[in-house]
Amino acid sequence: MRDFSYLRAASTEEASQAAREAGAMLLAGGTTLLDLAKCGVAEPDTVIDITHLSGLGGIAVDANGAMIGALAKMGEVADDPLIKAAFPAVAESLSLAASQQLRNMATIGGNLLQRTRCTYFRDPAVFPACNKRNPGSGCSAMGGVTRNHAVLGTSEACIASNPGDLALALVAFDAVIETGSRKVAADDFFLLPGHTPEKETVLQPGEIITGISIPASAAAKNSTYLKVRDRQSYEFAAASAAVGLEFEMDGKTVRDIRVALGGVATKPWRARAVEKALIGKVLDLVAIEKATKLAMEGAVSHGDNHYKIDLAPRVIARAIMKVATSNVAPSNVGGLA
Amino acid sequence: MTIMEPRKHGDASDGMIGGRQSRFEGSLKVTGAATYALEYPAENLAHAILVQATIPAGKVVSVDKAAALAAPGVLMILTPEDDFGMTVATDWGGNRPDNQPYYPLPRDVKYNGEPIVAVVAESREQAFEAAKLICIRYEAAPHVASIADPKAGEGQVMDNLTTKWGDAEAAFAAAPVKIEGEYRTPREYHVAMEPHGLTAKWDGNELTIWEPSQWSHGMARTYSEWFNIPYEDVRLISPFIGGGFGSKGGALAHGAVAAFASRKLGRPIRLALTRPQNFTNYGGRAATYQSIKLGATEDGILQSIIHRGASETSTYATWPEQTGAATPILYKVENFSSQHRVVPVNSVTPGALRGPGKNPSSFGIESAMEELAYKLNMDPLDIRLKNYNDFDRQSNKPWSTRRLREALTEGAEAFGWSKRSHAPRSMREGKTLIGWGIGCGTFPVIQAPSEAMIRILGNGRVEVVSGAIDMGQGTYTILAQTAADVFGIPVDQVEVHLGDSRLPGAAIAGGSMLAGSILGAVHKAATAARDELIGLALSDAKSPLRDTGANTLAFAGGRITPPRGEGPSLTLPELMAALGREQLETTRNTLPDGASAEEQRQAWTTMAKVQGPTMGEFSMHSWCAHFAEVRVDEDFGTVRVSRMVSAFDCGRLYNPRLVESQWRGGIIMGIGQALLEEGLVDLRNGRTVNGNAGDYLVPTNSDIPDIQTISVGVPDYNASALGGKGVGEVGIVGVAASIANAVYHATGKRVRDLPITLEKLI
Ligand SMILES: Cc1cc2nc3c(=O)[nH]c(=O)nc-3n(C[C@H](O)[C@H](O)[C@H](O)COP(=O)(O)OP(=O)(O)OC[C@H]3O[C@@H](n4cnc5c(N)ncnc54)[C@H](O)[C@@H]3O)c2cc1C
Ligand code: SF4
Repeated sequence: MRDFSYLRAASTEEASQAAREAGAMLLAGGTTLLDLAKCGVAEPDTVIDITHLSGLGGIAVDANGAMIGALAKMGEVADDPLIKAAFPAVAESLSLAASQQLRNMATIGGNLLQRTRCTYFRDPAVFPACNKRNPGSGCSAMGGVTRNHAVLGTSEACIASNPGDLALALVAFDAVIETGSRKVAADDFFLLPGHTPEKETVLQPGEIITGISIPASAAAKNSTYLKVRDRQSYEFAAASAAVGLEFEMDGKTVRDIRVALGGVATKPWRARAVEKALIGKVLDLVAIEKATKLAMEGAVSHGDNHYKIDLAPRVIARAIMKVATSNVAPSNVGGLA
Repeated sequence: MTIMEPRKHGDASDGMIGGRQSRFEGSLKVTGAATYALEYPAENLAHAILVQATIPAGKVVSVDKAAALAAPGVLMILTPEDDFGMTVATDWGGNRPDNQPYYPLPRDVKYNGEPIVAVVAESREQAFEAAKLICIRYEAAPHVASIADPKAGEGQVMDNLTTKWGDAEAAFAAAPVKIEGEYRTPREYHVAMEPHGLTAKWDGNELTIWEPSQWSHGMARTYSEWFNIPYEDVRLISPFIGGGFGSKGGALAHGAVAAFASRKLGRPIRLALTRPQNFTNYGGRAATYQSIKLGATEDGILQSIIHRGASETSTYATWPEQTGAATPILYKVENFSSQHRVVPVNSVTPGALRGPGKNPSSFGIESAMEELAYKLNMDPLDIRLKNYNDFDRQSNKPWSTRRLREALTEGAEAFGWSKRSHAPRSMREGKTLIGWGIGCGTFPVIQAPSEAMIRILGNGRVEVVSGAIDMGQGTYTILAQTAADVFGIPVDQVEVHLGDSRLPGAAIAGGSMLAGSILGAVHKAATAARDELIGLALSDAKSPLRDTGANTLAFAGGRITPPRGEGPSLTLPELMAALGREQLETTRNTLPDGASAEEQRQAWTTMAKVQGPTMGEFSMHSWCAHFAEVRVDEDFGTVRVSRMVSAFDCGRLYNPRLVESQWRGGIIMGIGQALLEEGLVDLRNGRTVNGNAGDYLVPTNSDIPDIQTISVGVPDYNASALGGKGVGEVGIVGVAASIANAVYHATGKRVRDLPITLEKLI
């Protein structure tokens, strides 16, 4: 690891100022930053520690929604009883992510900025070509081992999937990412790779995430996060879904449904086509199956990752079934039980 | 030298051979008090790191190191241009070319990731940073990435692995029922928690190496040969090993680099491989292919087995992962043919990984047997019992002990096999398909000589001294139990010193041969020491036991008495005091009497005296039968093992608690092998792209179900002096097949290539 200078910022403003310099990087839990520094991807000249700054932590939940500070730990949020009650998908997305040790270290702000697990991205010595790391250098993944790469939102420049779990839940429930100067809808916060895969979010140099607000909703309250993977624990998703559902008074017609997909797309993927197809419909197995297929419209596989195109709709379907039957007597839900 | 203070748990009988004594070093390890090789304090330490080739094949044309040499903290940079003045050491087979120079940092690149440059600096971080400034120019050559590479070709048939009896082709052609399948296992890695690495230090011409080792004497010999210094001038210290699984049996290039750098610089050097380097700098299990044809009668009697196997090896050495190792001995068959090829590819030379050979071999034959069972609509348990092998047709020798039938029937009983519903996909809970499968395993009894010293101290403590190692399997514990048994003393009166090449010689902790071997030596030395003490006690004028008229003495309950109680009863310290002895040392080995010093050296430091399973009158093996239950999500294809029952015949168990722990460890690794582990090779440049702990998945605790182990063995005194057979390797053998078979039963899908990841089932 190379020598770098370490700055313990006295205030968010100072941190923001310092982070504007080229080669400067913010340090929160460090679980992404150190990892990338060790494999030679992150080469900071200055590391700006923000872990002790006040005003960036905390979790507050009321009837209108939740406010989660950027420095709140993944583990804290996952275990928060109010978050669990009002936003089960958020809590579950966190408790199913990484390992307990990592969740104890890692922050919510850092979590949103974790980088792809594309193995080519992480091996610069052997694979110099990577448009995300080194714009214009090419993409080593294409034509290589692509089992974990994205099938949705890919571009000619990059097919790396966004690995995060929490971000899906945020995108699904219209969370807003707050920085010192602005508020950005989670769905707008993350960018498609296009020709500039190196730019993953709208954050500007020096811009610090201060917190995340999530509006309360019936769908968020009746939500779940389903993560499918070969290993029972401590693995990124082969495919995952954050789903929330609100029925009309009849207990079977969909008033509101939220679907976001992970492990299959280049950014946390809101599956609006699925939502649209189901809103106003009576939920039954046929409708679910038809609707979930829409999630994969435009999907492109690169060989090894083809299975994701079959898998992801099934994950969404199972998650929908779970929320559809969780708080309603199964007999009310046509053919689901 | 490390002193192990045994701690006792449970009742007194725990301390004896066969008791369930807990691991002596356990609390040292969990409290962090055990010092590992990379933690030894050394004054004036410098750090070395390795720079690896980024191409799979070719030549290093030049290394521009000027900028790196000028970087902060850098002390030295070694490249293929440096003449190390070292010579090639003896290989596994005992061969050593005359005066052939050894270049641990070679000019010829043979695989992607091969170490070609070393940077030595004041700190490890400085060394890594400087390494980035090094510019290496290559002349690339064509490569073969893996056995799956179309350029790989057929490889070479290994004649010594060709086995044949009867007329397998004709019998197969004539058999009314046939199955054929091709089975594959990928590259698999050891992933020991403790990485490879060492601390090397010279004092004049004497070299001390702190390095995790499964074989302190063998590795010390390699270092001495590399540097052409006397064996006695090398001391390899390895009291604790954080997992080896076959990877820590030999000295490797990084050891040579560190030792050389230390001599050149005149400072102790520490070199720790990075986690990714633990995937490239020594070989894991080779990828294997096997095609198997089984011919049988309508009622399921095997008529023929035709087996053709292949495994990857490197372009510079031959390491066969013997796919035909279990095939000839598991079932009774009158017509058999097996061949194994090695296919050279541009990878590091593969190596031994738990259950070498037998493991992939069992995956093939045990999958095939169940395919045959389903084809015949037979219970997979019945077909195995029906084809039970009565003697070893390969060696034409009787089994010493083979309680595989008991393993199958008792395992089935404990598992509840009789409640099985035969048809695939016939057991489910909602979307979860449930399946049951069996996989049998075997591992040969390998014998080797060892030596041990017993030292009785004036204070009555008994020390067991040996250069054998303990990598968690329990050597410290069972040796203390053995000595305690012989002297009739509580186990906490025994101390055990291990893991130092200066101590008496021992077999490698590999091939499941150490326990049987070293226990034999310790038992012999302890018995001799006791006899010597008896002799003194009965003859020495100062001894209170002299005039009792007894011609021997009994050692029990911490006291020494004439056999019929006729006379005084003394404790060990009382007797030592009476005799005026400070200490009594006795060394014994299990070589034939009169072995010369050179023969002894050869015995501890080479494989020359190692005996295979059929070198005596019998064919000797450990056996096991695994019963697996899996739950497969019908939509997602995810497999979880929900239950394992495994029954073992490993002869006598010296310490059932530790044995069960080894069996469980093997089963856990087998679950990883079945469902998760796979080195993924990028064919374009031969790079194993998931060579790190984040991407190469091994099971977590939540992947591991309840595991029930059952011992059905009886003492086998042909296999070892005290009746045990190997326990360490056999546990993994057959696990992957039992899971693949259970997956078939659950889903109706036969997965013939490991691991069984979800995309193969959806
Ligand atoms: C082995 C492993 C397994 C993992 N598994 C999963 C998983 O299954 N699912 C999952 O979702 N994640 C997983 N992760 C990722 C993990 O969740 C992230 O590493 C973690 O959340 C990052 O948080 P941090 O506080 O440690 O970030 P840091 O490493 O401190 O920072 C990450 C990045 O964010 C920037 N940053 C941090 N805070 C702010 C802020 N407030 N404003 C602006 N920029 C900021 C930093 O400059 C840096 O670039 C895994 C990580 C590892 C190492
Ligand atoms: S997929 Fe993206 S991150 Fe991966 S190598 Fe290609 S450009 Fe780089």
